[in-house]
Amino acid sequence: MTRTLSALSARRRHPLAVVLLIALALTLTGGLYAALVPQPASAQPEQSASATDIAEGEKLFIANCATCHGFNGEGGDPQPTGWGYGITGPSLVGVGAAAVDFQVGTGRMPLPYQGPQAVPAERIRFSQEQINQMAAYVASLGPGPAIPAEEFLDITALTEEEISRGSNIFRTNCAMCHNFAGAGGALTKGKEAPALFNVTERHIYEAMTTGPQSMPVFNDNTIAPEDKKAIIGFLKSIHSQPDPGGLPLGYLGPVSEGLFAWVAGIGLLIGCAVWLGMKSS
Amino acid sequence: MTQQIQPAEQPPNPAHGSSTAVSSVSEANSAERFTDPGLPPHRHRLVDVDPRAAKRAERQVATLFILSMIGTLGTLAAIIGIEYEGHNEYFDRLAAVSLSTKAIGFALFVSLFCLGVGAVHWAKTLMPDEERVDYRHRQRGTDAERARAVAILKDGVAETGLGRRPLIRNTLIGAAALLPLSALFFFRDTGPLPGTALEQTWWDEGEYLIKDPEGGRILAADVQLGSIVHVMPETIEEAGHDLLAEKGKAAVILLRLKPEELNPPAGREDWAVDGIVAYSKICTHMGCPVALYEQTTHHLLCPCHQSTFDVTQDCKVIFGPAKRPLPQLPIMVDEDGYLVARAGFQEPVGPSFWERG
Amino acid sequence: MSTTASRPASRQDKAAAGVANFADDSVGASKIVNGFARKVFPDHWSFMLGEISLWTFVILLLTGTFLTFFYVPSMGEIPYEGVYAPLHGQIVSEAYASSLAISFDVRGGLIIRQIHHWAALIFVASTVVHMFRVFFTGAFRKPREINWVIGALLAILAVFEGFTGYSLPDDLLSGTGIRIAQAIMLAVPVVGTYLSFFFFGGEFPGHVLIPRFYVIHILLLPAIMLALIAAHMFLLVLHKHTQFPGPGRTNDNVVGFPLFPVYMAKMGGFFFIVFGVIALISAFVGINPIWAYGPYDPSPVTAGSQPDWYMGWLDGAVRLTPGWWEFTLWGFTFSMNIFIPTTVIILVVMAVLVAYPWIEQIATGDYREHHLLDRPRNQPTRTGLGVMALTFYVILLISGGNDIIAHMLNLSINDLTRGLRLLLFVLPPIAFWVTKRICLGLQRRDREKALHGRETGRIVRLPHGEFIEVHAPLDEYERWMLVQHESQRPLELQPAAGANPDTLFGKVQHALSRFYFDDRVEPVTPAELEAAHHHHGHGGEHAAIDPSEKGSAKTTNSLTTQG
Repeated sequence: MTRTLSALSARRRHPLAVVLLIALALTLTGGLYAALVPQPASAQPEQSASATDIAEGEKLFIANCATCHGFNGEGGDPQPTGWGYGITGPSLVGVGAAAVDFQVGTGRMPLPYQGPQAVPAERIRFSQEQINQMAAYVASLGPGPAIPAEEFLDITALTEEEISRGSNIFRTNCAMCHNFAGAGGALTKGKEAPALFNVTERHIYEAMTTGPQSMPVFNDNTIAPEDKKAIIGFLKSIHSQPDPGGLPLGYLGPVSEGLFAWVAGIGLLIGCAVWLGMKSS
Repeated sequence: MTQQIQPAEQPPNPAHGSSTAVSSVSEANSAERFTDPGLPPHRHRLVDVDPRAAKRAERQVATLFILSMIGTLGTLAAIIGIEYEGHNEYFDRLAAVSLSTKAIGFALFVSLFCLGVGAVHWAKTLMPDEERVDYRHRQRGTDAERARAVAILKDGVAETGLGRRPLIRNTLIGAAALLPLSALFFFRDTGPLPGTALEQTWWDEGEYLIKDPEGGRILAADVQLGSIVHVMPETIEEAGHDLLAEKGKAAVILLRLKPEELNPPAGREDWAVDGIVAYSKICTHMGCPVALYEQTTHHLLCPCHQSTFDVTQDCKVIFGPAKRPLPQLPIMVDEDGYLVARAGFQEPVGPSFWERG
Repeated sequence: MSTTASRPASRQDKAAAGVANFADDSVGASKIVNGFARKVFPDHWSFMLGEISLWTFVILLLTGTFLTFFYVPSMGEIPYEGVYAPLHGQIVSEAYASSLAISFDVRGGLIIRQIHHWAALIFVASTVVHMFRVFFTGAFRKPREINWVIGALLAILAVFEGFTGYSLPDDLLSGTGIRIAQAIMLAVPVVGTYLSFFFFGGEFPGHVLIPRFYVIHILLLPAIMLALIAAHMFLLVLHKHTQFPGPGRTNDNVVGFPLFPVYMAKMGGFFFIVFGVIALISAFVGINPIWAYGPYDPSPVTAGSQPDWYMGWLDGAVRLTPGWWEFTLWGFTFSMNIFIPTTVIILVVMAVLVAYPWIEQIATGDYREHHLLDRPRNQPTRTGLGVMALTFYVILLISGGNDIIAHMLNLSINDLTRGLRLLLFVLPPIAFWVTKRICLGLQRRDREKALHGRETGRIVRLPHGEFIEVHAPLDEYERWMLVQHESQRPLELQPAAGANPDTLFGKVQHALSRFYFDDRVEPVTPAELEAAHHHHGHGGEHAAIDPSEKGSAKTTNSLTTQG
C-alpha cells in the first residue's frame, strides 16, 4: 500500500500512460529520497537570508507596515474598538518569516480596512521576492516560525495511510472551525474561520505554525511536521477527488440541502402539480 | 357521455336536517344571497373538435411512453455497463461511482418522468374532460337512525348489568388501568440504572495527558502561547468496550494563556501550570465538543448552539444557551516536564441532568 | 385505436371476463367497482400537495427496503477497509462501514441512498405545505377534524422518522445529533437520566442505539404511519374531497373527474412524475456525504453542525433560548433552557394543532358540515393566525442555521442571534395584523368588483369634462366567486346562536367570536347590487359601467364594515 497521490489521479490505459509512468517513477524516486534522507526535527529552511534581503525588507517594511506595527516592528498597544479588536498592529518580534509570508502572501496584510478580522485580498500587492525580503527582515527581529521547506509541502508522495491519518487529525483539530470539508465557518462577533478551498499548501502550513488572526498556534510539537503534511494532503485530495454524489452544495451540510429541497424539490413538484391541474386547451 | 349527470340547482337528496343549532347567519342571509348560477357551460378542448389535434396528442403520449422505455433500457445499461470493480484506485472508483450515479439517476428520471407525464397528458387531453357531479351525504345519521343506535347501546349496557353491579365496573377499570404497567416494566432491562456513571470520568490523579488523536505525552514546554491541544487520558484505550462512552466524557482541551490573563477562582490557583489550563471539551449545554478556540479573545465557541465560554473568566458562559462554565481539569507537571492530571474532574462534565444538583 | 371493436368477442375479452368473474366471486369486485370506480375527485393543483407527500412516502418504502438489504445496523467497531482511501484503517462502526459500502460498492447504491434522503426531505416538506393548504382553506372543519388530527400526528411522526433515519449511518454529523437527542432526554425533569440510560442502554453512545433506531426507523414508525395513512385515505374517500367554491359547486355536491379512468391516470402518472423529479435531483445533487463527515467519535465535531431541515426549528429554538433558564432548586437541576425549547414546544405545538378545529368551532358556534373550501381572504383572522404561526416557525428554522447564515453573509453570529430573539416575538404579531389587513383589503376589492365590475383600463371623458374609467360588468359566474361566501358575524349579533353568555364557556365563546369576526367585510347582497345600479347619478362619480350594460354607471364607497 504505497500508492502515491499522483498515481491515484492518473487515468488508467490513457495514451499518455508512458509519460505518466515516467512521472510516477520520478515521483516515487523523489518520495524514496525523501523517505531515506534523515529528516530534520522541524521544518526550518536550510538557506538563511542574506543581509541585502534583510535591508531591502526593512525598506519595504517601513514604507508599508510601520504605520501600524511600529518602525522596529515593536507594534503598539492594541486599543480595543467597539468591535473588540485593536486599531494598531501587534508586535512582530518573534512572529517569524512564516507569518509575513502568510499574511502578505494571502493579501490579508497590509490591512485594507478595519473589520472583525483581516480577510484575504483579491490581488496581492507584492511580488514573492518582496514578500521574502520583508519576511527576512521580520525574521531578523526575533526567532519565530520560518517559511516551511519544500519537502514538507510536497504532498504528491503521500500514501493513502498518511492521507487517512491526515483526515483523522484534521477532524479533531481543524474541522470544528473550518468544517468537515474545509468550507469554513462562523466564529464569534463576525469573525470567521475561512474556507480552505484554494489555499496553497505553503499558506495552510504557515497558518498552522503561526496562528493568524483568531486561529490558535499548532507548533511542530503539538502537530508534527509530517502530520501537518498529512493534513494538507488530505485537504488537497478531497478538494481534487471526484464528487461521487454530484453537486456538493458548498459542503455546508443539511442547511443547503434543506434549502435546495424546498426551492428546487418542492418548487419543481408544485410546478408539475399546477400543470396537472390545468385544463387542457 | 350518457352517464353524465346534469348539474342541478338542488341535490336530489337534500341534506338531512341538522338538529343542532344551525347558525342563524345562514337563515338570516338566505333571503339576501345571490343564487348559484350553476356550472358554467362546458368549453370543448381543441382535441374534442379537431381530430388532427387528437391524433397529435395521441402521438405525443406514445412518444413519451417510448422515451420512458428508452429510459428504462438506459437504466439497465447504466447499472450493468458502468463497472465499479477494477477501479481500485480510489480516485478512479469515485469517478466511476459519480458517473454511475449520474447515469442511473438520469436514465431513471427519463423512464419515470416520461411515463408519468405521458399518463397525465393522456388523461388531460384524450380522456373526457366534462366535469361530473356527485352528491354528498351528511355523515350524521337521521334522527330515527340515531334514536335506534342509542336504544341499541342502552340495551346492551343494560344487558351487561354494569349499572347494577358497580363492583364489576370498578374492578374492571382497576384491572384495565393497571395492565399497561407491566408493559412499561418489561423495558427494565433496556439499560442499567444511572448510578453515578455521569459523575465519573476516566481522569484521575497521575493520568498523563496525551494528544488526540495522534497520541504521545505532552511536554509543558511544547505548549506554546496561543495554542490549543486536544487531549485524552493516556490509558483511555483500556476502556475497551466502553471507549466511546469514556471518550465522550474525558475529552479535554489544553490551552496556554499568559498566567496573568487567567483568573482562577479561590482554591484553584494551582490547577494550572504556568498559564496552561485544561478544560472539559464537552459542552455543559448539550454535550457537543466545544473546540472552536479564538486565541486572540480567549473565547471558546460551541459549533452546535453557539454557547461562548471565556477562558480568562474560568470558562464562564458569556453568550448562548449554556448555563454552567466548562469544568476544569487540575493539572501539573511530572519531574520530566510532562503534563499529568493532578486529580480527576471535581464535578460532572457534559450536559445537565436532574440529579446533578 | 379501435382494434378490439373489429373483433367483438376476442380472446382478450373472454380472458378479462374470466378474471372479472373470479374477482367478483371471491371478493365481490363488482360492488367495489360500482362504489368506487366513478367516484368524483375535484381538480386543483393544491390538492396534489398531499399526494406529493403520499408518493414520496411510497418512494421511501421502496428505496428504504433496498437499503436494508445492505445496511448493517451494528455499532460494532471495525477498521475501515473499503475503497475510500482517506478513511483507511480508521476505526468505524459497522453501520458506518456498510453505509459507505452502499455508496461505493453496491451498484446503484449511492443513487438509491440519495433518492431516499432527498425523498425524505421532500416528504416532510410536502407534508408541511399540505398542512398549511388544509389550514388556510379551512378543510379541517367538520366533518374532517379527525382527519386533521391524523394529519398532525403523521407530520410529527414524519419528523421522528426522519431523525432516526438521519442517525443510522453513524457518521460524525448524525452522531452529534444523537448526542443532542441524549441531552434532550437528560433535560426531562425527574426521569430524564433514567430515560436516557434505558434508551441508550447505558451511557451515551453505548452499543444498542443504532440497532434500536433501526427497528424504530424501519418497522415501528413506518407501521404506525402506514396505518395512519390508510385511515387518512379512508376518511378522505368517506367524506369525499373538499372543493373550492365556484358556480355549480355547492356544499352538497362534488364536481370533478371520475376516479376511473381520469383520476387514476393522473394520480398514477403523478407518482412517476414525483419519483422522476426526485431521481433527477438525486442524480446531480449530492446529499449527506457521510464519507466526508467521517465516522462518529465524541471528540471531533464539524463547524456548522446541523440537523436535517425538519429538526431545524427545534434546534433554532434551543439556540435562541438564553442560558439562565436553567436553575437549581432543592438540589435538583431544572434544565429549562433545553426542556422548554424541545420537549415542551413539541407538545404545545401538537396540542394547538390538534385543538385548532375545535377552537374555531367554538368561535363560530357553527357545527354544520363544510365541504366548500374558504378562499383564505374570506377568513382574515384564521389566515392571519396561520401566517403568524408560519412566521414563528420560519424564524425558528432560520435560527437553526444562524451560524451558516452568519458565515455566508459575513454577519456577527451574536448580533444575528440577538436580532432573531427579538424578531421571534415582534414579527409574528406584525405578520398577523398585516395579513388580516391584507385579507380585509382583498375582500373590499372583491366587493368593489362585484358591485361595479371589472376595471377595463379604458378612460373616457364625459361631456362636462370629467374623466372616468369604464368598468365592465361581471357575468354571473364571475360574480358568484366574489359573493358566494357566508358572512360571519360575532355571536353577539346572532341572538339565537352560541352558548349562554353568562356562563364561563359562553364568555369565552363570545370573546373568541369577537376576536375572529369583529373586523369583517360582508359579501355583496343582491339588494346592494341593485342599489348600486339605481343610485347612479348621485354624488361624484369616478367610475362607469360599460354602456352595453343596462342601467349604466355608479360607484359607492359605502362598505359595510362594522366593528
